[in-house]
Amino acid sequence: MTSIPRPVAMLLIALVVLLALFPSCGGLVFPAKHAFLMQKLAGIMILAMMAMSLDLLVGVTGLVSLGHAAFFGLGGYALAILSPEYEAANIWIVLPAALAIVAAAALLVGFLSIRTSGIYFIMVTLAFGQMGYYLFNDSRAAGGSDGLSIMETPAIEIAGRTLLKLADSDSFYYLVLALFVGTYALLRMVLNSPFGQVVRAIGVNENRVRGLGFDPVRYKLAAFTLGCTLAGLAGFLAAAQYGFVNPTMLSWHHSGEALMMVILGGMGTLFGPAIGAFVFELARFGFESTTDHWQLLMGGLVVTIVLVLPRGLAGLLLDLARRGGKQP
Amino acid sequence: MTTMPLVPVEAAPPCDSRACVLETRGLTKSFGGLVAVNAVSLRFLERQTHAIIGPNGAGKSTLVNLLTAHLPPSGGRILCRNTDITGLPAHRMTGLGIGRSYQKTNLFPSFTCFENCRLAAQTRLPTSMRFFRPAARYREINRHAEAALDLCGLSARRDRVAGTMSYGEQRQLEIGMVLASGPEILVLDEPLAGMGREESERMVALLRGLAPHFTIILIEHDMDAVFSLAEVLTVMVNGTLLETGPVEQVRASVAVRDAYLGDGAEAY
Repeated sequence: MTSIPRPVAMLLIALVVLLALFPSCGGLVFPAKHAFLMQKLAGIMILAMMAMSLDLLVGVTGLVSLGHAAFFGLGGYALAILSPEYEAANIWIVLPAALAIVAAAALLVGFLSIRTSGIYFIMVTLAFGQMGYYLFNDSRAAGGSDGLSIMETPAIEIAGRTLLKLADSDSFYYLVLALFVGTYALLRMVLNSPFGQVVRAIGVNENRVRGLGFDPVRYKLAAFTLGCTLAGLAGFLAAAQYGFVNPTMLSWHHSGEALMMVILGGMGTLFGPAIGAFVFELARFGFESTTDHWQLLMGGLVVTIVLVLPRGLAGLLLDLARRGGKQP
Repeated sequence: MTTMPLVPVEAAPPCDSRACVLETRGLTKSFGGLVAVNAVSLRFLERQTHAIIGPNGAGKSTLVNLLTAHLPPSGGRILCRNTDITGLPAHRMTGLGIGRSYQKTNLFPSFTCFENCRLAAQTRLPTSMRFFRPAARYREINRHAEAALDLCGLSARRDRVAGTMSYGEQRQLEIGMVLASGPEILVLDEPLAGMGREESERMVALLRGLAPHFTIILIEHDMDAVFSLAEVLTVMVNGTLLETGPVEQVRASVAVRDAYLGDGAEAY
């Protein structure tokens, strides 16, 4: 966790390079499905951002949240509600506003739930998540169960000139890629900071952290707020991608899937949950296109990976790198 | 100092020119009907090693948990340098210069030795709510962590993952973590518990080296270690103080012999 072994780092960089090359070169490999796959990959990167942000809570700080999707959905709804009806929203205004709304909500929910721990924290976050779901599901202003459409996706403007139209699929893809890598870098930086040392320690032995002289509540609340705000960023992008939000974005199924991505990928490793998101979504895509009973296969895959690799895919990679490093 | 008369603790007069850094007045803790610590008044002087002994169930560990705010007292007060600190939360103790070790090894097993000490050293920062600069680049903090590793004799184990070390080494690291936080008062809850003879000897040597520099409150069952380290000895029985005073005097006390020490040999 302190540092990633070199072979694993190289592999991760190679995967990011492949993602970066996909818009220009992907068409050579998948000529028929290029546009579709590009959209799919952007969607997966967004989910990977959500999984990494959840890893800060679950894998690092030990806060198992089943309400993470509520903040993802809130970020999306914030965009939908703040967007003007007939013109593209200015991202310099709507993005900070959306993140501020999500952060405020996370601070409130965190403040009320963080003093509980273990199963009680899971239950409280689940309850808050479902409250969020029904808040949007039952309110006419937010479109009820049909959700809301975003007529014009936001644009990035500087001094009146439009730099980037998110409606353009190449631009959007690169923006998502940049934010995906940026989210990883941000979380890695935070984990290496003094704050990161404290929250890692809370995940291992909270009482000892208190005994050492830190107030765990404050650090957990800060980690919770940061993780949920990043989930809001992912939700914002998801809404921008599909031009549409609906309450299922907030549902606890979605929180559960994010949790599975974290566990499949390897808790507390940050890059693991990102890999977990790709494996989870690509497997679902593969199974979905071959059989109607894909959920059985998904379940089987999850059970198998959890049984065979208790530390997830990241654990496997780290073990391989360590074993390979000892031989030469 | 060795001629100090043994007097009832309630009326303890200033018995030493050294300042009193920590004091309890009528400290009491009851769990339901059980009074684990009963009206204990003690004074701990600067740079003095003060051992607290007593049979199992005497209330020693409860007293430690009260002194370090790991338990709220049912009655009485705790003063640190004449300031009332009763009821403060546990995480404020480090800031007051009170560091503690635990009877059961209590560290971060997935962290390296250095990371364990560095985390403890971070308590010297006004706050660890710092998100940007890597912890590795806080030079002062890293220096304190290295110094603590050095003091507890684990410099050679710097990058070992704590959970993979021997039990004795983990106990040493426990002391190193306390030192890294920069305390003045060390509250050590059975630092020798479960150690082999060789490990014990190393720990006693370590503590002897620390004694001139710190106020040490030592809970220990190992009588040889207690007699070789402590200046002042307090004997607790059933939550109350039986005797307190210079080691030789308490050792000679008939009441203590009868109640606890047997014939001066280890009673258990």
